[in-house]
Amino acid sequence: MSDWIEIGHIDEIPRLGTRVVKSNDGDIAIFRTAQDKIHALLDKCPHKEGPLSQGIVHGDQVTCPLHEWKIQLASGEAVAPDEGCARNYRVRVKEGTIFLML
Amino acid sequence: MLVAKRENKALIQHAEGQSFYMRLEPMKEKLVLIGNGMAGIRTLEELLKLSPDMYEITVFGDEPHGNYNRILLSPVLAAEKTIDDIILNDRQWYADNGITLHTGKRITAINRGRRTVKAEDETEVAYDRLIISTGSSPFIIPVPGSELEGVIGFRDIQDVDEMLDAAKKYKHAVVIGGGLLGLEAADGLVKQGMEVTVVHLVDTLMERQLDSAAGALLKNSLEERGLKFLMEHETEALLGDKRVEHIRFSNGLELPADLVVMAVGIRPSIELAQSAGVYSEQGIVVNDTMQTYDPRIYAVGECAQHRNVTYGLVAPLFEQAKVCANQLAQFGIGYYKGSVTSTKLKVSGIDLFSAGEFQQSEDTEELLYQDPGRGVYKKVVIRNSRIIGSVLYGDTMDGPWYFQLMRDGIDITEMREKLLFGQGNIGDSGHSAVDQVASLPDDAEICGCNGVCKGDIVNAIIDKGLFTLDEVKLHTKAAASCGSCSGVVEQILASTVGSDFTVSPAKKPMCGCTEYTHDEARATLFKYELKDIRAVMDFMEWKTPDGCSKCRPALNYYLLCAWPGEYVDDSRSRFINERMHANIQKDGTYSVIPQMKGGMTNAAELRAIADVADKYDVPEMKVTGGQRIDLFGLRKEQLPEVWADLNTAGMISGHAYGKSLRTVKSCIGNRWCRFGTQDSVSMAVALEEMTWGSWTPHKFKMAVSGCPRNCAEATIKDLGVVGIDSGWELHVGGNGGVKVRATDLLCKVQTQAEVLEYTAAFMQLYREEAHYLDRTAPWIERVGLTYIKQRLIEDGDGRAALAKRFCISQKFAQVDPWKERVAGKDAHEFTPMVEIVDSSV
Repeated sequence: MSDWIEIGHIDEIPRLGTRVVKSNDGDIAIFRTAQDKIHALLDKCPHKEGPLSQGIVHGDQVTCPLHEWKIQLASGEAVAPDEGCARNYRVRVKEGTIFLML
Repeated sequence: MLVAKRENKALIQHAEGQSFYMRLEPMKEKLVLIGNGMAGIRTLEELLKLSPDMYEITVFGDEPHGNYNRILLSPVLAAEKTIDDIILNDRQWYADNGITLHTGKRITAINRGRRTVKAEDETEVAYDRLIISTGSSPFIIPVPGSELEGVIGFRDIQDVDEMLDAAKKYKHAVVIGGGLLGLEAADGLVKQGMEVTVVHLVDTLMERQLDSAAGALLKNSLEERGLKFLMEHETEALLGDKRVEHIRFSNGLELPADLVVMAVGIRPSIELAQSAGVYSEQGIVVNDTMQTYDPRIYAVGECAQHRNVTYGLVAPLFEQAKVCANQLAQFGIGYYKGSVTSTKLKVSGIDLFSAGEFQQSEDTEELLYQDPGRGVYKKVVIRNSRIIGSVLYGDTMDGPWYFQLMRDGIDITEMREKLLFGQGNIGDSGHSAVDQVASLPDDAEICGCNGVCKGDIVNAIIDKGLFTLDEVKLHTKAAASCGSCSGVVEQILASTVGSDFTVSPAKKPMCGCTEYTHDEARATLFKYELKDIRAVMDFMEWKTPDGCSKCRPALNYYLLCAWPGEYVDDSRSRFINERMHANIQKDGTYSVIPQMKGGMTNAAELRAIADVADKYDVPEMKVTGGQRIDLFGLRKEQLPEVWADLNTAGMISGHAYGKSLRTVKSCIGNRWCRFGTQDSVSMAVALEEMTWGSWTPHKFKMAVSGCPRNCAEATIKDLGVVGIDSGWELHVGGNGGVKVRATDLLCKVQTQAEVLEYTAAFMQLYREEAHYLDRTAPWIERVGLTYIKQRLIEDGDGRAALAKRFCISQKFAQVDPWKERVAGKDAHEFTPMVEIVDSSV
């Protein structure tokens, strides 16, 4: 599948909050920052597969709930000195509706 | 027609008369650093972290190298390291950061009127801001012959090269000065095969750091290693034609000397500043923002004089660098208040630590431990029950711990009798055997939580150029979890980096988002009646847009505690367990623990739990340490249904996931037990009924035992109640975790009402005054039991007021979070947004 898929409205995610989309890849975490930017990452921390959707969102990062790795929301890259990358997905928002590319 | 609204838009007049606007980069201010050493470059590093693009930076250094680690010159001399090993910033670093570097160029003049600096070769550079970090030079005693060849200081790579060269050609070396630097030089020269005599003016080596007993022990071990000493000898002249050949003392004695190293002290290099009219005394005088009397000029490092003190150790210099950078970045929050320093001699094989005052005076006491057989000597100097200094020889394991106790001003009355036996003997069971870090093999596991070995830590320190415990934590994860190995990691840092290293600053900011401490943030939000996280961050000028996972939960708690009933809890600032009201497990599933007051249950509850386990296919169940039942392996979507079933059977959340009251454990007491003196079960149930649901800085555990046999293990709880014949004993500040700590006895009371009042008051004091994530044990060690007793026992009205505030806050806290969520609260947390599963794949 390489089409934009409608997954819901931006208001369904609280600011600095996260929702999960279930997919064939596994859970995908959809993040909303304080500035209403939407990001999508596979819901597995590159460290020990902690659910990033359950972490605390701050700035443009999320802190993994298991061992406090910080992951960049836009790229999925871990913040140095930690190394690793969570798979990221393209998202776009049109008039409040969120679309995801698998 | 376009209108320029921004200053950085410039009007460009076109040839045809057509005008348009073009955006230009704002002009960067010019920052010049004189002195390419550790303090100056650290200032730039700190500045680049805060504001990477603010300045156009130029650096002048009179040595031909990049910035190197001057404190590691001794290991280079001793052939334990090479010069390449100690380079901190290579030329690439300057290039990567857009810094213009001039090496081998000494600045000869500062023109403050035109704001330029000029080098020997006439290179002239303009500045808007200037940092002087010219360091210091060795003091050369002005005796006849001091200008001869072969007479040097011990300060830079060139000096080391000269010493290494001399060691190849000559035999006799004399080091003048038996201080830290002199002994390190002498040790290095002995290793290079020279015959070395150390000459010292007084009768004790390192007399500024050591008392005579420790000085004598040091002298003995250095003599065993081949050094010779001439104590109480004053140099009169150095003799020779071109190169030095002999040294003569005031008593007439003469010795052969092909190399003379003067290590009698350093003098801040202030000539340049003075010639430019920048006010200087022993050093260049700076205020708390590291500014000189010329506000455009800053001074950091060994050349700076702050509050009448100049520093020669790296830790204070780095603290200064941080403050200076903060000011240059125009944050204006950092202030330097002076430093307390500690010293460790880096002659391999000799363990020596010294900090603070160590000479006896009228108002001080000394604790002494001497074991000449093992070559161990420890002295801790105390004033008003607080450590003000320590000297350790032979076993320096506890140096950083004494230093920490000293800087934090901790009352040591409670640990006094065991103090000299070390931290390992004060409850820290399980970690006490680690001794003599330097002798540990590289594969010795230091951090048991994260599986980090000594070799990993040493390599990270060398490869990444780390100086602080925090940096080591970040890069290796050692001491980053439970923290019990922090002391050992600091030791490794000390023995790897050398004579001293940066210990965590005395004033600890909450996190990287702010310069303010927990106490400051808390006092501010209370004083200015700030009632949500945004308001606190705006008012206190947080550096990040919305904090981080360290400060947000802390602020959320402080607000919750300060404004019960008014503050609306911010679930986005809660750790996942507190947001989900269940405990996340390593596979991302959750565990659920219903409340069981006092550890009491009955057939109906157990049946309901068993039904839930069957209905939701709970894969595993366990009786917890807190006398409850834990159901594992539940998916978050299942949680509201599980809770609904438990609620129906009359059970509510056990808060086993929170920084909150956990449980009140109990033994069966005199209801059944033939030894029981009190009804511990009823007491435990009453306590849990009063306190459940209360949010606290960290988890809070209680237990009630019905007699002094203490089967409920009440003496390792945050608050323990022990039944005695005449009433109840109240114990506080225990911990059974990483660092076992037995409780302190607070008082004895007679009635259940009293137990409840004291408990409420103690919990409220902890809630209002401990830092977020402080357990009661470290909190009590910090403030002292005496203080707790003052507030809870001596001040009866204060106690009643505390207990009343606790009860008011409980009115809003005792709401079952499970029931709320069964009713639909935060439903988005438990359900996926959408499922896009393609079954054909």
